[in-house]
Amino acid sequence: MNAHARAASPLVRDEARLHWHDAAVWNMRTKRDRAAHAVPDWEALRDSASRIKLHTLSRLPEYLEEFERKALALGAQVHWAADAAEHNAIVLGLLRDRGVTRLVKSKSMLTEECHLNEVLEHAGIEVIDTDLGERIVQLAHEPPSHIVLPAVHKKREEIGELFHRTIGTPAGLSDPKQLTEAARQHLRQKFMASQAGLTGVNFAVAETGGLVVCTNEGNADLGVSLPPIHIACMGLEKLVPRATDLAVFLRLLARSGTGQPITTYTSHFHGPRPGGELHIVLVDNGRSALLASETHRRALCCIRCGACMNTCPVYRRSGGHSYGTTVPGPIGSVLAPAADPERHRALPFASSLCGSCSDVCPVRIDIHGQLLAWRRELDARGLTPTAKRWGVGVASWVFQRPWLYRLSGRMVRFFGRLLPAGLLRLLSGGWGRQREVPTLPASSFREQWRRRAN
Amino acid sequence: MRTSREKVLERLREARLPPLPLPEVPASPVQFEDLPARFAQSVVDVAGSCIRVAGLAEAAAAVRALPVAQSARQIVSLLPEVVSGTLAIDSVDDPHVLEGVDLAVVPGEFGVAENGAVWLTDAVLKQRRAVLFVTQHLVLVVPARELVHTLHEAYGRILLGAPGFGLFIAGPSKTADIEQALVIGAHGARSTTVVLVG
Repeated sequence: MNAHARAASPLVRDEARLHWHDAAVWNMRTKRDRAAHAVPDWEALRDSASRIKLHTLSRLPEYLEEFERKALALGAQVHWAADAAEHNAIVLGLLRDRGVTRLVKSKSMLTEECHLNEVLEHAGIEVIDTDLGERIVQLAHEPPSHIVLPAVHKKREEIGELFHRTIGTPAGLSDPKQLTEAARQHLRQKFMASQAGLTGVNFAVAETGGLVVCTNEGNADLGVSLPPIHIACMGLEKLVPRATDLAVFLRLLARSGTGQPITTYTSHFHGPRPGGELHIVLVDNGRSALLASETHRRALCCIRCGACMNTCPVYRRSGGHSYGTTVPGPIGSVLAPAADPERHRALPFASSLCGSCSDVCPVRIDIHGQLLAWRRELDARGLTPTAKRWGVGVASWVFQRPWLYRLSGRMVRFFGRLLPAGLLRLLSGGWGRQREVPTLPASSFREQWRRRAN
Repeated sequence: MRTSREKVLERLREARLPPLPLPEVPASPVQFEDLPARFAQSVVDVAGSCIRVAGLAEAAAAVRALPVAQSARQIVSLLPEVVSGTLAIDSVDDPHVLEGVDLAVVPGEFGVAENGAVWLTDAVLKQRRAVLFVTQHLVLVVPARELVHTLHEAYGRILLGAPGFGLFIAGPSKTADIEQALVIGAHGARSTTVVLVG
């Protein structure tokens, strides 16, 4: 069993929970479909989004310099981080220099990727994730399992129990309204007491030097409009050239993610607010290496909507935690091996290559093609398991010899109909672990076809 | 020693990507026959409510009739001709003072029919823009002639680039982070009412 399958097995074994998770995530896909179908120029938008992103990548250094120039002129401060460690050091340094000990954060997959929270907490800074889902997983000491719905793996009763244990709500709460209200009260105090706010960035506009942050809860805005310090952390790939490009991406983003026509709050920051500070941290952390890869650079077009997760039959039935990465699901399985091929070598195989991810991707990343390309690359680097390489080698050898293929088919049918089902399941390896082996037909497709033709 | 800035830019330049053209975004075919009706429907779709009135006097009556206005103790109003505020925003230096605000009544520049969003800026609020997010309830007053069909049209009229803050607000604060049950009033306004005037 590969690492992903092993990590997925606790969920897979709990059949009721598996179906609950599957249905919950699929629900988002159906909402996405309804929203997308209501927009007549949806496919044209996807074309535009893809072409704008690919253009931006082709001129990324120029656009970054333009963005930096404009952002500085607006009074923001721009910091560059080559990797996660430098990003964390920059943020920690900013907070330390200003004596900040209480920080509120809105959702930022980048800071998850860099493991910022651990670094800040280790330095004695209280870090509060304020997105409700993020707060839930933070209180549970777990990573998010989905990039849009961080706590999609948790049941309401479990959240009630968690809140009772951690923020002192009455025992036995399970009503989402009551739980959300409790979190609102708890987090209001944290917002009021915070000395700095940190946000992610959905889009940065090169021609204006501005940032766009999207939330439904309003937590990013609350977090940066009360304390005087706003730190915005962004991957290099978040740029778009023009302000008018935002129309394309904003029409796609929320519809693809949750089926909403737009997020509740879509905030445009141009420079710090009067009397405040805005720090923009531009982070590479492997993105330049991805840009250099002709095969995989398209993955940098991702706008983190989560649609590929919601549609993926493997994600829905294995859960976000089974990927062991910040971004799970199909796009995560493309991004993770680029960062660490050895550690994440199982992920490109956590796919049926059905292509549904590519079909829903708002920026037309050929995700399933990328997964297939990764399989080839991992194999070329000797990073596929020996059993798989051996098995595929034998299969390839057989497939190239039609007589042998026909003979082995006949043998499988003969013995397959003779042996008891239990033994066949064992012989079928991982495939039979959760499935009944079907009854094998008496004759092959070729034989049946020949009879039919006569 | 090279700075990280130089290092990162150099790495990106080394990729030597063939330049691709910047695409023109085609105009959207989305055009609604009845712009105010569609906008009002979109506001409802994003869990807000929308009231259409003939003029500012009617707007004042409509807002005063709202239960959230009647029960509000602290009101911030940027539109005294609609509702008079109890807290003068100009007197506020520290945004934390705004924590107790029950109702904020602010003008929106324009609305977007396809998604029910209203565009606002901090031109008047400045460092006190927190009131938009701390208030328990929000009323946005938008002239009915200031509606656009899509976001493309919206960005055609927003001027970005000068220092400042602008945002789209579409409905009340909401979350679906607990078993995807939609709950209104996550951190920000528990209700958003758009008053469409004219």
